[in-house]
Amino acid sequence: MTLQEIIQPENKVYGKTPLLTDTPMHYCPGCSHGVVHKLIAEVIEEMGIQDITIGIAPVGCAVFAYNYIDIDWQEAAHGRAPALATAVNRLLPESCVFTYQGDGDLAAIGTAETIHACNRGENIAIFFINNGIYGMTGGQMAPTTIEGMVTSTSPEGRDVMLEGYPLKISNLLTILDGTCYVTRQAVHTPATVVRAKKAIRKAFENTLAKKGTSVVEFVSTCNSGWKMSPHQANQWMAEHMFKAYPLGDLKDQ
Amino acid sequence: MEEVKLMKGNEAIAEAAIRCGCDGYFGYPITPQSEVLETLMVLEPWKKTGMVVLQAESETASINMVYGGAGCGKRVMTSSSSPGISLMQEGLSYIAGAELPCVVVNVTRGGPGLGTIQPSQSDYFQTVKGGGHGDYKLITLAPASVQEMADHLCLAFDLAFKYRNPVMVLSDGLIGQMMEKVQLPDYQPRLTNEQIREKYPWATLGKKGRDKQNVITSLELVSEEMEKVNNRLQQKYREVEANEVRYETFLCDDADYLLVAFGSSARICQKSVELLREEGIKVGLFRPITLYPYPVSQIHEYAKQVKGMLSVEMNAGQMVEDVRLAVNGLVPVEFYGRYGGMIPTPEEIVKALKEKLMA
Ligand SMILES: Cc1ncc(C[n+]2csc(CCOP(=O)(O)OP(=O)(O)O)c2C)c(N)n1
Ligand SMILES: [Mg+2]
Repeated sequence: MTLQEIIQPENKVYGKTPLLTDTPMHYCPGCSHGVVHKLIAEVIEEMGIQDITIGIAPVGCAVFAYNYIDIDWQEAAHGRAPALATAVNRLLPESCVFTYQGDGDLAAIGTAETIHACNRGENIAIFFINNGIYGMTGGQMAPTTIEGMVTSTSPEGRDVMLEGYPLKISNLLTILDGTCYVTRQAVHTPATVVRAKKAIRKAFENTLAKKGTSVVEFVSTCNSGWKMSPHQANQWMAEHMFKAYPLGDLKDQ
Repeated sequence: MEEVKLMKGNEAIAEAAIRCGCDGYFGYPITPQSEVLETLMVLEPWKKTGMVVLQAESETASINMVYGGAGCGKRVMTSSSSPGISLMQEGLSYIAGAELPCVVVNVTRGGPGLGTIQPSQSDYFQTVKGGGHGDYKLITLAPASVQEMADHLCLAFDLAFKYRNPVMVLSDGLIGQMMEKVQLPDYQPRLTNEQIREKYPWATLGKKGRDKQNVITSLELVSEEMEKVNNRLQQKYREVEANEVRYETFLCDDADYLLVAFGSSARICQKSVELLREEGIKVGLFRPITLYPYPVSQIHEYAKQVKGMLSVEMNAGQMVEDVRLAVNGLVPVEFYGRYGGMIPTPEEIVKALKEKLMA
């Protein structure tokens, strides 16, 4: 069989969704952002909602998310994505609005906007990349940095007596009456990727059904910020991050 | 049919917003402007025009909700008073950078800090000289009556969309709280999403019917490109300066001296002019209506025919700097002001003019 004979539509078992643009991603090899982008793009395509979906990008490594997923986007100020999403959702109630935010964005500077959007039960999906660090600014401590974790602003490891405890913001969001779905996922193995994609789909379905706010946290790697190889980062995440942030559904109504 | 009603300035803002086709208001309570949100909640415009009204968790959230709504091509606004407007500065810079249209009303109170709930004009610098980061400008309207609160709100939306730029209505607690007769504008229908798609092809309403995605952003990491973005903004500001200067004169033509004042101060100065004229002193009042763009050349022309100008403000001397720039040394420019929530009397201004310019 020649190569040309193999490259036939009937032999195709996997392809890139056209919603992912051909723009080369700026993410470091091994970073979770790229995988989550791909899953979101695939779900939007599979649900056929690209014409009504509006994404709100954060300030953080995902600031250029709009270069990679071919839908309408707004780029928010640091932490304010849920405020933008609130207005877009209320002014365009038939649209499908989601935010995409890092842990510094969602759980530090934007904590108030996060909690209040969730508490109002805005019909939006929140995709939350928890890599335990400020990736974009070069690896400073995040609210989610786990105890003992070394970052550029906690060089001796996070001391909880000095710097407080890792903020389990998703747990906090479960007690708000406005959230309908809060789940914690990862994308470091084929099995977790499959589960994460299902969670993304459920979040979008809830949004379209106007059930309230859905939050999908992705416990993620930042191998550059963590100063590890991609493989080491995956192992370290499974060993340490999952203890502080166990995977699974926290709320599903 | 136009209706005449007796109402507070803050109420006029709310009424005018609904009538001029506003799609969304997002705000947080603060004295002396809480009546804007309260009036909207009583009027329930969502039942009549479909306008969204939402009490946000902070002014930071309010202005970012405004950003989100404006990005969809909607006519959206917020209102606040000085401390709240300070919280909005980052958002205003983003809105200016992303070239989005919106209206912000500042019913100014005395500062700095928590200050006082009494009226002041001490946010002039913040409004016209920057406030937030980066080289941007807010088109700024300064109403001097309850009627103008309504008129300027509608004008503000038109200018915001004409230039895709945030517009500030810089009012103060005096105009916000006082009651006067107002002729309210006629109802203007809100645009449908289809109309917005046609009129504002940049709006993010979802990609439907377009090959290309729309992106609202103020980010451009390549310096050469960011300089071009700034060039485009500067070009727009020059256009605004050429076309949108608004001002009013009162007995200026034969005047030997000019009072220059905006908003509430101008109302008081009008009385001072009358008192001085009764004494046979030829004084006029020049009232800038747009604080940005500032009536630079108009004030400069008057400087050629008067002996001096007195800038009267409810602050420690802010607009006087722009009067001096406009006059450019042709005649003396003096300042008289009260601040911290104090309001000058017409007699005080008469005395100040005599002491500072006629002594
Ligand atoms: C008001 C403001 N403060 C600080 C910054 C600098 N800043 C940019 S990204 C970032 C942290 C991003 O971390 P995170 O949200 O965890 O996203 P990640 O890059 O890790 O995906 C900070 C502090 C900013 N852009 N704006
Ligand atoms: Mg992070």
